[in-house]
Amino acid sequence: MKFAGLLLANLKRHRLRTTLTILSIVAAFVLFGYLAAIRKAFEMGASVAGADRLVTRHKVSIIQSLPISYNAQIEQIPGVAMATHASWFGGIYKEPKYSFFAQLPVVPDEYMKMYPELILPKEQFEAWTRTRTGAIAGRKTATQFGWKVGDRIPIQATIWRPKTGGNTWTFDLVGIYDGKYKETDTTQFLFRYDYFDENRVFGQGLVGWYLIRIKDPQHAADVARQIDERFANSPYETKTETEKAFIKGFADQMGNIGKILTAILTAVFFTILLVAGNTMAQAVRERVSELGVMKAIGFTDTRILGFILAESCLIAVIGGVIGLGLAWALIALGDPTHGALPIFFFPPRDVVIGLVCVLALGVAAGLLPGIQAMRLNTVDALRRE
Amino acid sequence: MGRWLSQTGALLEFNLRSLPRRKGSALAAMVGIAGVVAVLVGVLSIGQGFRRTMEATGSPDTAIIMRSGADSEMMSILTRDDAHIVSDAPGIARAHNRVLVSPELFVVVNLPKKSTGTDANVPMRGVEPPAFDVHNEVHIIQGRMFEWGRNEVIVGKGALGEFKGLDLGSELHFGQSAWKVVGVFEAAGGLPESEIWADASVLAPAYHRGPTYQALKVKLASAGSYQQFKDALTADPRLSLKVQRETEYYAAQSRMIVLLVTGLGGVVSLLMAIGAVFGALNTMYTAVASRGREIATLEALGFGSSPVVISILAESLLIALVGGVLGALLAWIGFDGYRAATMNWQSFSQVTFAFDVDARLLVSGILYALLIGFIGGLFPAIRAARLPLATALRAG
Repeated sequence: MKFAGLLLANLKRHRLRTTLTILSIVAAFVLFGYLAAIRKAFEMGASVAGADRLVTRHKVSIIQSLPISYNAQIEQIPGVAMATHASWFGGIYKEPKYSFFAQLPVVPDEYMKMYPELILPKEQFEAWTRTRTGAIAGRKTATQFGWKVGDRIPIQATIWRPKTGGNTWTFDLVGIYDGKYKETDTTQFLFRYDYFDENRVFGQGLVGWYLIRIKDPQHAADVARQIDERFANSPYETKTETEKAFIKGFADQMGNIGKILTAILTAVFFTILLVAGNTMAQAVRERVSELGVMKAIGFTDTRILGFILAESCLIAVIGGVIGLGLAWALIALGDPTHGALPIFFFPPRDVVIGLVCVLALGVAAGLLPGIQAMRLNTVDALRRE
Repeated sequence: MGRWLSQTGALLEFNLRSLPRRKGSALAAMVGIAGVVAVLVGVLSIGQGFRRTMEATGSPDTAIIMRSGADSEMMSILTRDDAHIVSDAPGIARAHNRVLVSPELFVVVNLPKKSTGTDANVPMRGVEPPAFDVHNEVHIIQGRMFEWGRNEVIVGKGALGEFKGLDLGSELHFGQSAWKVVGVFEAAGGLPESEIWADASVLAPAYHRGPTYQALKVKLASAGSYQQFKDALTADPRLSLKVQRETEYYAAQSRMIVLLVTGLGGVVSLLMAIGAVFGALNTMYTAVASRGREIATLEALGFGSSPVVISILAESLLIALVGGVLGALLAWIGFDGYRAATMNWQSFSQVTFAFDVDARLLVSGILYALLIGFIGGLFPAIRAARLPLATALRAG
């Protein structure tokens, strides 16, 4: 502990330089936080996709609908526990600019059974089953627009116009759901398929895609094949895959953009660290004659090394922890794209990786000058300057 | 004045000549700034490239007509009657004895991406003969045009590069039909290059579409006749349509990507700049601190403080300039023309585009570097000039 005083005194000696170094490390780790959050956002929640869930869509493309009669037929296939469906509504709330949240007509009890990770209070769920015009929204979307249970939400149709004329569908918000995992998408707006199907101008009896729970995830490929074979050579051929593969395929459609952004950020992160590390190493190099004095009065080589490492690690830890904390706080404020990324948070796993990077930085920056100092001939060191 | 100039010049020369002695920290600052500029230019080139593709597609004298309420072609549906009524509206250009109204179908078809092997929503457009007069930038660069009434397609060169199975002569299978790829086309870098084109009358039955279209593209007599044309359509009680200039439409189509790129890019460049400024500050402070005595000696010899400030600033700007130019070059070599594909969420389909690093981006990247160099040099320079002489001379 008696080194602590000396350590602090050293840091204070070039107060400005220490501050600047720490600040650039802070910037690097804030960037690191965003990097992790962006990567997670581009995965679109594939990491928590149910292993026992399959998605069946039209073989040619997802924009083409499937008949609702497939629901019962899919449930007859061996290995299938249950099936339900969802469709793409593609509406606009107020301004197109902020309408990135998905609106899906679904069958409430089946859908909630299919997605136990959507947490909805029991009385709200019951209200939904009672109210034909009822809808539920995810916490993130509800917060973004300041919705409360009981609000009437007007949504402009872009595809499915209502029979009542005009373009507007009005829903009664009966519930707000939360996600069981952080990766759970809480931006969706879910309303009842029966109400939707009865009131749309065209397309009755069609659904967007099927969601299937299977009894044993081991047989996923086999069940998927059986489903597709069942509908082969019909006017509506299907393509079935696991939910994970489906989401991953979807995420891959965003394509190189996500990969390029992450590659760029990684490059920057290391560039900043390189510069900071270089400054830290320089601070040690400047003190060669002092280290000579310490050696002369009896400090062992390993102690000198430990001392230098402690100093560089201290700077790295101060900067890194502030940076990671700041990243956490900033990311919690929301994504910088106004809702284009439904999932945006700092994954805990990456916080740990960040801390490891912090230590690695401290050690890497201190090791080289530390070893040089260790090998230093005391006489040479004292003679310098 | 003359003395001031000669002092500044002498100091600058002195600084630059001693630069090799401090090459470690100068190099680190240079690399840092080069990195920042490369990344900044790189990120901006994504947005720029995407925007350029959209702009190359939209033409102010072309209007796009969709059903009212529709946000993209994907969501729109129009009847044959709508198309006939629109054809009679005033202000439409004519060629080959017909009005230039191109009714179009827009669907997507699943094809695997070359880069990942996973399915992507590739846009496919069904067209009729007027399409090639309205989109006169489209022309075949390989193979031939498809024959009307046959199951043949031509593919955009962007789509050809990004997706599997589109090579000349290969067959695409969807629904009960097979389609032969007979040609590759170019569209001046615009959006159609991401698409597959076929005869609408063959495509419609394959997609169970019936006698409907999704959008009409209309070539106007001139960009100025747009208002007259639009007013005529909106006043017609038989129609419920959304009329837009193609340029407006495509600007709106790119908003998600532009938000994504500018939102994320903005945060990233800001953080990077902060990091780089600290790096530059550190370098220059170190440089000044290690030369405190020198500078004090110079001042004692009669050098003014403003030449000292300016020479230090110039050194920092020079480091930043070299870093900035390096970074800009790196971005230009690494990113310009790089082809990528992404999802256009509005139409739920793939767009291929090339990153675009142009002179304006390069210059702004270098200016950004100079700004970092300026901030990084200014404070240390002021500090050096303010240092009390006696203290500085005494310091070791």
